[in-house]
Amino acid sequence: MTDIVRTSKIQELAYECKVEEAMTTDVVTVAPDDKIVDVWMKLRDKQISGLPVVSDDGLEGIISVEDFIKCIIQGRKDEQVKDNMTTHIEFIYSDEPLIHVIKKFEKHRFGRFPVKERDTKKLIGIITKGDVIRCILKRFEKDYYEEEDKKNKMRNIFNDIKSDKTTVILKYEVKGKEFKKAGEKSGFLKNALLRLGIATEITRRIVIASMEAEMNIIIFTDSGEITVLVEEDKIKVNAVDSGPGIPDIEKAMRPGYSTAPDWVREMGFGAGMGLPNIKNCADEMHIDSKVGQGTNLEFIVNLKK
Amino acid sequence: MKISEIIKELNLAVLSSGDFLDREINGGYVSDMLSDVLANSKKGNIWITLQTHLNIISVASVKDLSGIIIVNGRKPDEDSLKKAEEERIIVLSTSERSFQIVGKLYEFGIGKNDEDI
Repeated sequence: MTDIVRTSKIQELAYECKVEEAMTTDVVTVAPDDKIVDVWMKLRDKQISGLPVVSDDGLEGIISVEDFIKCIIQGRKDEQVKDNMTTHIEFIYSDEPLIHVIKKFEKHRFGRFPVKERDTKKLIGIITKGDVIRCILKRFEKDYYEEEDKKNKMRNIFNDIKSDKTTVILKYEVKGKEFKKAGEKSGFLKNALLRLGIATEITRRIVIASMEAEMNIIIFTDSGEITVLVEEDKIKVNAVDSGPGIPDIEKAMRPGYSTAPDWVREMGFGAGMGLPNIKNCADEMHIDSKVGQGTNLEFIVNLKK
Repeated sequence: MKISEIIKELNLAVLSSGDFLDREINGGYVSDMLSDVLANSKKGNIWITLQTHLNIISVASVKDLSGIIIVNGRKPDEDSLKKAEEERIIVLSTSERSFQIVGKLYEFGIGKNDEDI
């Protein structure tokens, strides 16, 4: 239990959760006049380790498995509960935080504490270590899902916005020859897609392809623009430039074929894998290019339902 | 295997993101061509390269690589390391060559169980 107190998030929850949230309200009790053998039936049937002893006047004591075993060993199974119960009762109020219960468990060896309501002083529940752990785990789960929900809030953008067709458009301007910034815009795109709730694997495919497209613009042209259309069922990317154009698209698609200058290759670009990479990542790819005018490279990734 | 373990075994210098050294490595990839790494490396791989410019950080980030080992005693510039910190990319360096480093990594079992080799 000391470990629980030491850990901050759990401690926080232990202060936040109230006893009433964790306690069992369906309390099995015995009467002071009941016989020890009756106690056994209840302990066994309900699979519990202790019972509050309740009379018309309220809580009188607790009888635990240990008390019961003592009675059996000493041949007192026909005696009454009131003569064999623990009368020194440590109880807790329902509006106290769980941390009080945890501290109480550390202090006393009891396996359970009866829970009373502060105003009426009536027994309204019972709390065990198991209840405490269950309650904190439940809170953890709740917090976890809330956190997930927050993360995924944008995931429903297409469900939340009522329209016949919703499209999110992202535009990225890419300057040619700026190798230092190569990949920067694709990095922004990655974060944007994740923020929109696009699955990691789909995002990765798009970003690899857009990074290649971005590098092509940087290597071969003076400037270009990458436009990303995010729709409910697909993501369409257009990388448009006014560069030299591709004279032979078929050749350009061949893995290893490259027209990049040596100094570009030395930086690790221009391996002749750009277009093949894009093709591998995309579900569809089209290249529209005119020599001396420019290139429009389009690729589409379908979003699985 | 954790990155911190190979740092110790291979005597690597940690250049960035020293707070994340308990990251797991699930294999490796060696290449100096960025497109090749983009196409063929796997999430969680350690990447061995002699490239030092800013774009290696973008590639490592996009592919969720566990880290980069820069060989031949090369040192990335400050921009690269700054971006590496931002993107939480672990950059390591060694004076050894790719061949030696990869050989040692393989000996430690990295990449031996790659299903898709």
